[in-house]
Amino acid sequence: MTTLLHPGPAPTPRQLILNGIFAENPVFRLALSLCPAVAVTTSVLNGLLLGVAVLAVQVLSSVTVTLVRGLIHPRVRIPVYTIIIAVWVSAIDMALAAFFPALYAQVGLYVKLIVAFAIIISRLEVFASRQPLVPSFFDGLGMGLGFLLALLAIGAFRELLGSGSFAGHAIAPGKPLLFLTLPAGGFFSIAILMAFFNWIEARARRGREGSAPAPRAAAGGTHGV
Amino acid sequence: MSRSGLWLAAALTAAGLMLTAESAGADDTRILSARPVPPDGIRLRFSAPIGRTDPANFRVTTAQAPDIPIAVLAVEPGPGHRVSLKLSEPVTSTGRYRLDVSDPPLHREVNPSPWTLMLGVFLASALINNFVFTRYLGLCIFFGVSKKRDTAIGMGITFAVVMILTGMLSWAIDSWVLRPLQLSFLQILVFIGVVAFAVQLLDTVLRKTHAALYQRWGIYLMLITTNCIILAVPLLNATAKSGSLEALALAVGSGIGFAVALFLMSCARERMELARVPAPFAGLPIAFALTGLFALAFMGFSGLDFFR
Repeated sequence: MTTLLHPGPAPTPRQLILNGIFAENPVFRLALSLCPAVAVTTSVLNGLLLGVAVLAVQVLSSVTVTLVRGLIHPRVRIPVYTIIIAVWVSAIDMALAAFFPALYAQVGLYVKLIVAFAIIISRLEVFASRQPLVPSFFDGLGMGLGFLLALLAIGAFRELLGSGSFAGHAIAPGKPLLFLTLPAGGFFSIAILMAFFNWIEARARRGREGSAPAPRAAAGGTHGV
Repeated sequence: MSRSGLWLAAALTAAGLMLTAESAGADDTRILSARPVPPDGIRLRFSAPIGRTDPANFRVTTAQAPDIPIAVLAVEPGPGHRVSLKLSEPVTSTGRYRLDVSDPPLHREVNPSPWTLMLGVFLASALINNFVFTRYLGLCIFFGVSKKRDTAIGMGITFAVVMILTGMLSWAIDSWVLRPLQLSFLQILVFIGVVAFAVQLLDTVLRKTHAALYQRWGIYLMLITTNCIILAVPLLNATAKSGSLEALALAVGSGIGFAVALFLMSCARERMELARVPAPFAGLPIAFALTGLFALAFMGFSGLDFFR
């Protein structure tokens, strides 16, 4: 799943963050945690709120797990990780409900459901439970940022084309493709964006190798939440 | 299809009315039943004739805002001590209202019949607000297991069973323990625990009692433990502070809705294997586009109302 775990020189913080944003982007590359990526991205602000919540939960849980992993028996580690995530999700959930009540009213259910995100628990399992504190922190930061940026990209795409605005400010006259803000539009947006990334990747590979290998489908990992 | 559905609804409503009529009954004048009747009426049945049938004799409010009366435009007496009120504002078949009569002095909560309520919540959660197509929950599982029809059916049934079990268990804990003790902030932690517990329980019981069944469906159980779609049912119930019937209807409806979505998608994807898909769209992107088409179709259910 990750090349960073193989023995070798320790990855720098910069590598870890870039890894989360590009090479192992949770939404576009690992195809994990897709539900919120479709659900809350009707506008940039909704995406931003959920992205920040995921970023905070990922970093805080990664750090917590690195700190207490010596006390956890390996056989009960998954339930313990779940409880750690649930604690941080509850805290973030209450904080967001208190500070941003209007936005929270729209995405509240999905903030609570962060607890069941496959991406968070899989990072705890493959990274934070084995690596020292500082790399775990930066890995969490990178994964959270990757998720946040993916949500922002989808949110901007849908809001710009769907309601002709960006972060609530109208910038285009009328509503070019109102369809994209509808439930079905979310699925089509992701389909188009994913196909776009696949196309870019295939082009880049063809340019590198000078031949045309069969393009790979976007990330095979569709199990988990 | 639609005619038999109407008959079913009528029979269920009649059964609900009979149940309420039996539970009341006394010497002096009482309100035997009170139901909201869309678009803008309330139907009452008294145990004896009442003296005044002018609009000023009745005061109607919603249950949420008992201080703001809704004007009663007309009162129509009917046979068998029945009275129909015509209101200035529309009512919904699942809304809750309060009614005060000044002569004779009576008070009554106007609630939808339990059957209406259950059927309404069931249809809403199964079709109108389908978990996959309009709430976007359980997408990863949805894309992961909808490649083959057999797997999809197994997964759908297992999900529905677990959803009903955990939904009712969490509802009981939430409304009898967490809310009375002001512990609602523990919701997320407790619900995750309940789901894990129920899945483990089902796993153990099935393995001991129905080995054949376990061999067939057991593998899906382990995939469920911390799934967003399973967790969403208790969370939705807790947010809406639902009663037991609504909670049950939501759990059953969501389970069936998810199973239907999985089945439809698996049928479509089996066909897709033979289709020629543009290279960048191969795999997940075309599956997303397909789901988008299903979501478009399911939008047609948004106008569905049985009781109009």
